[in-house]
Amino acid sequence: MSQARADGFVVFDRVQKSYDGEILVVKDLNLSMPKGEFLTMLGPSGSGKTTCLMMLAGFETATHGEILLDGKPINNIPPHKRGIGMVFQNYALFPHMTIAENLSFPLEVRGIGKSDREAKIKRALDMVQMGAFGNRRPAQLSGGQQQRVALARALVFEPELVLMDEPLGALDKQLREHMQFEITNLAHNLGITTVYVTHDQTEALTMSDRVAVFNDGRIQQLAPPEDLYERPANSFVAQFIGENNKLDGTVETINGDKCTVRLDDGTLIDAQPVNVSKAGERTRVSIRPERVESNPDRLARDAHLVEAEVLEFIYMGDTFRFRLRVAGRDDFVMKYRNAQDQRRLSAGDKIRIGWRPEDCRALDA
Amino acid sequence: MTMSDTPTPELTGGALKRQLGRALRRQKLRALMLVAPLLIFICVGFLMPIVSMLVRSVENNIVVETLPQTITALESWDVDSTELPPEPVFRALVADLQVAIENRTALNLARRMNFEAAGWTTMMRRAQREMPDWDLETDGPFRERVLDLHRDWGALETWRSLKAYSSPYTTGYYLAAVDLTMVSGHVEAVPDNQALHLMLFWRTAWMSGLICFMTLILGYPVAFLLANIKERHANLLLILVLLPFWTSLLVRTSSWKVLLQDQGVVNQFLVWIGLVADDNRLTMINNKFGVIVAMTQILLPFMILPLYSVMKTIPPSYVRAAKSLGANDWTAFWRVYFPQSVPGIGAGAILVFIMAVGYYITPELVGGPSGMFISNRIAHQWYVSGNWGLVGALGTILLLAVLVLYWVYDKVVGIDNVKLG
Repeated sequence: MSQARADGFVVFDRVQKSYDGEILVVKDLNLSMPKGEFLTMLGPSGSGKTTCLMMLAGFETATHGEILLDGKPINNIPPHKRGIGMVFQNYALFPHMTIAENLSFPLEVRGIGKSDREAKIKRALDMVQMGAFGNRRPAQLSGGQQQRVALARALVFEPELVLMDEPLGALDKQLREHMQFEITNLAHNLGITTVYVTHDQTEALTMSDRVAVFNDGRIQQLAPPEDLYERPANSFVAQFIGENNKLDGTVETINGDKCTVRLDDGTLIDAQPVNVSKAGERTRVSIRPERVESNPDRLARDAHLVEAEVLEFIYMGDTFRFRLRVAGRDDFVMKYRNAQDQRRLSAGDKIRIGWRPEDCRALDA
Repeated sequence: MTMSDTPTPELTGGALKRQLGRALRRQKLRALMLVAPLLIFICVGFLMPIVSMLVRSVENNIVVETLPQTITALESWDVDSTELPPEPVFRALVADLQVAIENRTALNLARRMNFEAAGWTTMMRRAQREMPDWDLETDGPFRERVLDLHRDWGALETWRSLKAYSSPYTTGYYLAAVDLTMVSGHVEAVPDNQALHLMLFWRTAWMSGLICFMTLILGYPVAFLLANIKERHANLLLILVLLPFWTSLLVRTSSWKVLLQDQGVVNQFLVWIGLVADDNRLTMINNKFGVIVAMTQILLPFMILPLYSVMKTIPPSYVRAAKSLGANDWTAFWRVYFPQSVPGIGAGAILVFIMAVGYYITPELVGGPSGMFISNRIAHQWYVSGNWGLVGALGTILLLAVLVLYWVYDKVVGIDNVKLG
């Protein structure tokens, strides 16, 4: 950690947090962010991600460990002196002030002169295409517009670090996707370091340079989006990110980066060992629905095939989805792209399925 | 059922409105039935007394009903003249009083006229003794005989006030309520030693304002604490705030008497620690100080509750946002939290002030003469003097003053900004 401590712009060093003195909400958090990175903290509610954000903002104090900002410990600096911009879940725009007054607030408390203030406010509002709304009150704006203003307010005093606490949670789907794009663009163009908290995995995957998946007070995996999806480090991450089929069994053989797993009903399958090291270990394998192959011609000649029965066919427009019975489980899902040459299976069909060993990861049980 | 092929004609203007009215009538009727008991209760228990008070404050039937012939005869007499009214007036007076004495209404008239000038009761008692024996036909002229009964019948003032109060309606009660009186048809201020009402109105207003301010100063931090601590602790604290509600007002006021009197707990303590000399104890009761202390305590919950319910709706994220934007604790409070609690201050202030302005029991028990409120004067006029007209006038002025204040408040703060929860 010492190397990271020296390098990172934002560093959490062995941070712990307990609210009641009995239960640790955050257990041993270590994290180092370079300047300019867009990092997302993703996790189910109660996983400790918001607590981490609040500790960084200064609204909660760490019970153990140190948080460093630009090399300086900030544990004892009150929130108003940290100079961190923050966008809140429900925007927290001050309802009794106009938009311009809302933006003026952080500049006034910093003692910036009137003409400077006006220039900065105009620049910040133009940046989020809200230049014409300076005299409105927050209640007169739509959700998306309030969101932009909240963003402008967090940026107007030019902080180097911006925190966002589920800022898009209250918007509808279309607007949310549009804002995701705008926020990432803005952050990259301005070169701001951003910590973004969300429980929406799509948001995390599309926006971030790196994603920290939180569960049970720990970071389960800290990796770029692609790694997270393609190479989940444990079964929690595999389950939490994207759709996933899980099968339980025991490792039969291990040979370098390939292994075979004997499922509990006796079926033998191919897999890639990730969290297993020797034969006889219990494991849970994970396979993405879109990586399941029902045409054996496309697999290697010696691939193990598994008997499956189609239980349900769901038409989803761009994809076909099949629910299969595999190895005694009824919740195995297979996905096809809707293409001319795909054959449509119907309920009751008996098929044989398989996968490439690298698409099936043998994780912790 | 077959569907008609012709489309339903679109109704326009009045027809559509009528149709809507018909459709909603049943609903409205049912809603009215639900509120009917309360509506009737309010009419009988609230509106009727107020109307009756308004009527009483201007009603003046008694003079014209008791002395109809005298009033008619007085019409030709000029109030500014220095001569007593002529003989026909005295003859009419005797005729009227003979009827009034027989009907036992003469003393009612005396009581009414006593509010304007003292001495009428004696005049009337003498008349009751002598007049029934006089014969209207043979015993005249009556002028000298009446003057012999009581010298006040010979005073111009007596006749002037009789003429002044001869119409069935009068502004006299309102004039009296603001320390004015009608002398010979002219409005004049009453002598300083009798002027009391304006001073009492003013005292009631400023002391209510001060009490309102004190409850705000004391209540704001409590409400803030209530709104910002854990639910479990907040409930306990809320019970402490509400506890006084479950104790009789009389008991609470009396306990202040025990605390504040000369030999009371506070004085004993101050003497014991040597802050106050034993022969120079503080006077904290039967004066303004006692009223302000007791009423501030009694009205405190009415300030805390609206404040609390408004503060509870202010999300903590506003203050956090202010701090993250660089404001220190005080700036965050003053520029972000406080403006959003203003509706609660408004609601609490209106509630406390209006309640204080009409307060009676506490000033009565701990106020003494110097801590008396206008409502104590109203009560006094009612059960000691029986001057219902003046009671009505004072009450109406108090009501109007509160309404005007409410209106001003609406203009300045805006009643929409007031929230009780």
